[in-house]
Amino acid sequence: MVDTIFPLVLRGACVRRRGTTLVGPIDLELGACASTAIIGPNGAGKTSLLRLMHGLERCDGGTVDWSSPAAVARKRQAFVFQTPIIMRRTVLECIAYPLAIRGMGKKRSRELAEEWGERVGLKSMLRNPAGALSGGEKQKLALARALTTAPDVLFLDEPCANLDGRATKEIEKILSDACSEGTRIVMATHDMGQARRISEEVLFLYKGRLHESGRTNNFFAAPSTAEAAAFLRGDILL
Amino acid sequence: MNELFSGFLEAGRLIISLDGDLAEITLRSLHVTLTAVAIASAIGLPAGGWLAVTRFRWRRHVIAVVNALMGLPPVVVGLIVYILFSRAGPFGVLGLLFTPTAMIVAQIIIVTPLVISISHQAIRELWAEYHDLLISMNASKRQRIATLIYDGRRALLTASLAGFGRAIGEVGAIMIVGGNIDHATRVLTTAIALETSKGNFSLALGLGFILIGLAVAVNVAIHNLLRTERASLW
Ligand SMILES: Nc1ncnc2c1ncn2[C@@H]1O[C@H](COP(=O)(O)OP(=O)(O)OP(=O)(O)O)[C@@H](O)[C@H]1O
Ligand SMILES: [Mg+2]
Repeated sequence: MVDTIFPLVLRGACVRRRGTTLVGPIDLELGACASTAIIGPNGAGKTSLLRLMHGLERCDGGTVDWSSPAAVARKRQAFVFQTPIIMRRTVLECIAYPLAIRGMGKKRSRELAEEWGERVGLKSMLRNPAGALSGGEKQKLALARALTTAPDVLFLDEPCANLDGRATKEIEKILSDACSEGTRIVMATHDMGQARRISEEVLFLYKGRLHESGRTNNFFAAPSTAEAAAFLRGDILL
Repeated sequence: MNELFSGFLEAGRLIISLDGDLAEITLRSLHVTLTAVAIASAIGLPAGGWLAVTRFRWRRHVIAVVNALMGLPPVVVGLIVYILFSRAGPFGVLGLLFTPTAMIVAQIIIVTPLVISISHQAIRELWAEYHDLLISMNASKRQRIATLIYDGRRALLTASLAGFGRAIGEVGAIMIVGGNIDHATRVLTTAIALETSKGNFSLALGLGFILIGLAVAVNVAIHNLLRTERASLW
């Protein structure tokens, strides 16, 4: 594909708050691979890194560049937050919202939203207020809303953190479908099983630094840094 | 106590007899106030939204000034509008002094800061909640404000109704710029002031009860009009 916003290149990229460095400096290139998992202990900077890549966090040092101009790349990304942000609207209106923002006509955007609502299993609730959904349903709504625009890349911040096995499985199915339709997945997760199932590539983050990255199989079979090995063993990293 | 009771009776009599003058001044009250509140809301809601989503150098000061303007004494507003619209004033040529239009202008000035301030407060809270989502979706500033106003409509209704409450009972400003002219600029509040000064307490009280009833009725009507099915979930 010629028309792509990848690769995303970070060079010495940092996020700082009041003098302390939360993330970075990070050197990293996200290329054409289909899905990336970001793992690491609590507070490692997974959320901050995702937000930095998506442009929600200012880059306080170094560079974050897509291969397309920033304004173009911006429109071809979507983000699913750890706790879904639910608007005070019906489920259908929520899913159609990003399409409306892009100036799509009402009729067409409703059709698309209905289609996506169905795909994520919210068909019977499309006319309900989104605020009334359960946690898992809200997460599916957020996913449908992110995918309606067929983004080139979807960032997810622990999308299954509070979900049971079945809901997790459903969401993983939606994600792998999206992947095969050309949406690249970049996901932070605490679920190593999920990282193995979904990702082709793993980034191991620790204390704001990228300690290790590599193909998922290789990483889980033989992590090359002591921290990653300890993390995978389940040792508590301090 | 006796006067309260006879005031009540008077109110009943006026309503039952479909008093022509009463209908006229009641409608004028409604017309002046609703027009002023509609215009103040059209200015104040977007302005409140804009203040909530925009960062600029003097933002805090502007908000402080708007909050202070909520306390503008209506009599002083009336006086200023009077001077502006009087024949020698800058807008004198328009010939608007002692017309309902002048009264509407005065009420817009009184009500707008209130609407801006309350809506800014409400929208700021919603903006904190929606911020990441709207930024992530690349919504333009206009789209952000429109979304926040639409999704915050319940809280914003309160802003407009507070404005209505302040305007419908206001007497100082519209007395000065309207002149309380019979069949031209007399409204419920100015009629009450006049009857009181003439010593017609029961008539004044009767009008007062009608004014209260009107304020309640408009509040209820607007609430019902804008109610969506499952109130608690929005
Ligand atoms: N706004 C902020 N101000 C100051 N510190 C912050 C801010 N946001 C995050 N941090 C700090 O940055 C560090 C990384 O946070 P981040 O949320 O990116 O971690 P995480 O890897 O996503 O953790 P978790 O697994 O718990 O979600 C943490 O130590 C956190 O306290
Ligand atoms: Mg996090």
